[in-house]
Amino acid sequence: MAADSVYRDEDLQFAFDREDLVGRLRAVVPPDALILDRESLRVYESDGLSAYRQLPLVAVLPETIAQVQDILRICHELSVPVVARGAGTSLSAGALPHPRGVLLHLGKFNRILEVDARRRIARVQPGVRNLAVSEAAAPHGLYYAPDPSSQIACTIGGNIAENSGGVHCLKYGLTVHNVLEITMVTVEGERVTLGSLAPDAPGYDLPALAHGSEGMLGVVVEAALRLLPQPQSRQVLLAAFPDVSSAGEAVAGVIGAGIVPAGLEMMDNPAIRAAEAFVGAGYPVDAAAILICELDGHPGEVDEQLHRVRELLGRHGAQDIRVARDSREAARFWAGRKAAFPAVGRISPDYYCMDGTIPRHRLGEVLARMGELGEAHGLRIANVFHAGDGNLHPLILYDGNAPGELERTEELGGRILELCIEVGGTITGEHGVGMEKINQMCVQFAEPELAQFRAVKKSFDPRGLLNPGKAVPTLHRCAEFGGMHVHDGQLPHPGLERY
Amino acid sequence: MDADQSREIVRRVADAAGAGTALEIRGRASKRFYGRAPAGAPLELAGHRGIVRYQPSELVLTARAGTPLDEIDAVLAEAGQALPFDPPRYAGGSFGGAVAAGLSGPSRPFTGPLRDFVLGTRLVNGRGERLRFGGEVMKNVAGYDVSRLMAGALGTLGVLLEISVKVLPAPRLVRTRRLALTRHESASRVRAWVAAGLPVTGAAHDGDALRVRLAGAEPAVEAAVSETGGEEEGDGFWSALRDHELTFFRRPGAPLWRIALPSATPEPELAGASLADWNGQQIWLRSDDEPDRIREAAAVAGGHAALFRGGDRDGEVFQRPGPVLWRLHSRLKQAFDPNGILNPGRLYAGL
Repeated sequence: MAADSVYRDEDLQFAFDREDLVGRLRAVVPPDALILDRESLRVYESDGLSAYRQLPLVAVLPETIAQVQDILRICHELSVPVVARGAGTSLSAGALPHPRGVLLHLGKFNRILEVDARRRIARVQPGVRNLAVSEAAAPHGLYYAPDPSSQIACTIGGNIAENSGGVHCLKYGLTVHNVLEITMVTVEGERVTLGSLAPDAPGYDLPALAHGSEGMLGVVVEAALRLLPQPQSRQVLLAAFPDVSSAGEAVAGVIGAGIVPAGLEMMDNPAIRAAEAFVGAGYPVDAAAILICELDGHPGEVDEQLHRVRELLGRHGAQDIRVARDSREAARFWAGRKAAFPAVGRISPDYYCMDGTIPRHRLGEVLARMGELGEAHGLRIANVFHAGDGNLHPLILYDGNAPGELERTEELGGRILELCIEVGGTITGEHGVGMEKINQMCVQFAEPELAQFRAVKKSFDPRGLLNPGKAVPTLHRCAEFGGMHVHDGQLPHPGLERY
Repeated sequence: MDADQSREIVRRVADAAGAGTALEIRGRASKRFYGRAPAGAPLELAGHRGIVRYQPSELVLTARAGTPLDEIDAVLAEAGQALPFDPPRYAGGSFGGAVAAGLSGPSRPFTGPLRDFVLGTRLVNGRGERLRFGGEVMKNVAGYDVSRLMAGALGTLGVLLEISVKVLPAPRLVRTRRLALTRHESASRVRAWVAAGLPVTGAAHDGDALRVRLAGAEPAVEAAVSETGGEEEGDGFWSALRDHELTFFRRPGAPLWRIALPSATPEPELAGASLADWNGQQIWLRSDDEPDRIREAAAVAGGHAALFRGGDRDGEVFQRPGPVLWRLHSRLKQAFDPNGILNPGRLYAGL
């Protein structure tokens, strides 16, 4: 999170002449598509994780695939780093510019090319906003399932780069499950199609690699998305629990009973209070935890499941169970959850959002240990949790102006991520590694695994020009970080106390 | 019977890497007919078996590659769950083989392909290094998704040791309806049912009639049955289709082709007999027609064709990627298996 020296020396070894680069770019894009002055470049200096700031050398805003190809060909020939950017909503500094590189902004690729209702496919450019896809599909009774909380702003290209999730993943999957075909431009400037509209494209599953690759393998210039029929019926339920662990057990109870809700979210007391104060969702502010459960499908099926879920939650100690009477009340139940981050932003000068995923049955233990870690670091933590799929978003509250608090927050964040790995989870469920969690990659993976990642990267980008310094750490970085790889969920010397 | 033979397997691969010896990775050899002709010294995985972790409320199962699919089916069934991708069992089959082949059953277009459910793997690459990717959690974007890449790679990038997959509750009620409709009518009718929210999990047309499978909670299925109409049939048809036990597949004769098509695409006109699964997105074709003609017809329709069973197993059996994609394929192979010892040539000649 420190603003300076986020790039390491080895990430900066690119020797070329800036004037040469600018001259070559001028020849392939219109004059207003090239941004060179510092003041205009400042727009791009950070993404959704504003603790990191860096100006790019130049920014380019192409509007055709041919221009993207030309730009990449030039950068490849001169060995110039390229960072692709959509709406810049990344929470892991994935779109942080490179000081020696081109910032490739795809904002002009903002057209929905086709909605084919018969085949249930939308063909879109990468700069199309996530929500705009569902809006365009709605007149046909269809929608696009992945709905990250930033869906008003975030774009499809970025969703593919991060394999974005949302609150409906347990039932409807992540971005990788909802994209049929990607058109990508390689670093060498070649256009290539990954996947296909027909099932099981021949050869290796390259869309699997492209999703979540954080702009390291190529630049997405078009995608074909799978659309789903809107469910016939939907019910949302809110349940309050006297303690966090019984809420966790209730989640296991619902899923163990064979019910897969469309959404299943948990918030702890600090998050409930913050959200209630912000949007007045009607949350019970004395509850230790609440669950929001959404069921969808055939009306008869939804009614039956609703009945069973109410009973299951009651059996697991829920004290107050409310079913939304209409879509407005349902929207209000969701409003508090969806506004949880800004709500926490109101009660603390700064907050730091984590993104670990854990096996659900370890939830109680992880929350307890996180509480202890928070106390040991003198910092408060609010928790929102995609309970259905084990994706935890602890929000560490801090004051960036108080001396030493940012450093303590960083330290606590690192400990929480290592805790997630220790219980068999991961450091990032949906926000990506980017620059933010790159050191923890040395903990999650052993060196031969990181070496395999680097070899995959090299298959697509032999000169290491696409988003250098992000996502996959170098051997040097891990050596310096003191790479404490947790093997099989066992920290080295598990008996030792760690703070 | 459970045994962890990973140490031995890693050693065998490392030795082969050192000596440059090709290995044929074998689970239960139920899909040995699939892909190009196998080559190399057998590396047996069947003894490396057993379910490592399974907690129904987590919806995740982790098992060693050699575990028989029927063992997994039985354990899941006890908890009221199932493998959502319902892979072909042919003559049994192993868990690792199912993932390496990447084949999905009749429910694929409605509930998703095998690769969608792969969460994590432990594998040995062609350097004899033991690696772990992904994990046992639903959401994980740390590093490239190497686990999903293994699905359908036919063992050419790594020897799978252990795989974690997402599992789902088995449907509480399954009904199969038979309707005497033409293929064309069937396809549009099934699309309309899906768009209307009916719980369709199978739609196949054998030339005479459409069979549609409805599965889920009782009220939804009962309502769907009254909407689709047709005659009731047992659900044995679906496993016979999945495992190629229908007469169409079993009778001797022309090679079996698999043609995959985009949704709502007319079947290309080719010589031979055909059966349409996946509501017309997977065409099984028994044909002696020229391989190039079949591939060309599939490509023109926006799809691809594979010589699934029979015919010349030394020629290409899968549609070959174009030059840029091919370069990515060969570089990836190099990245995982620089000595080319893992199932060489099984997917494509020279890979």
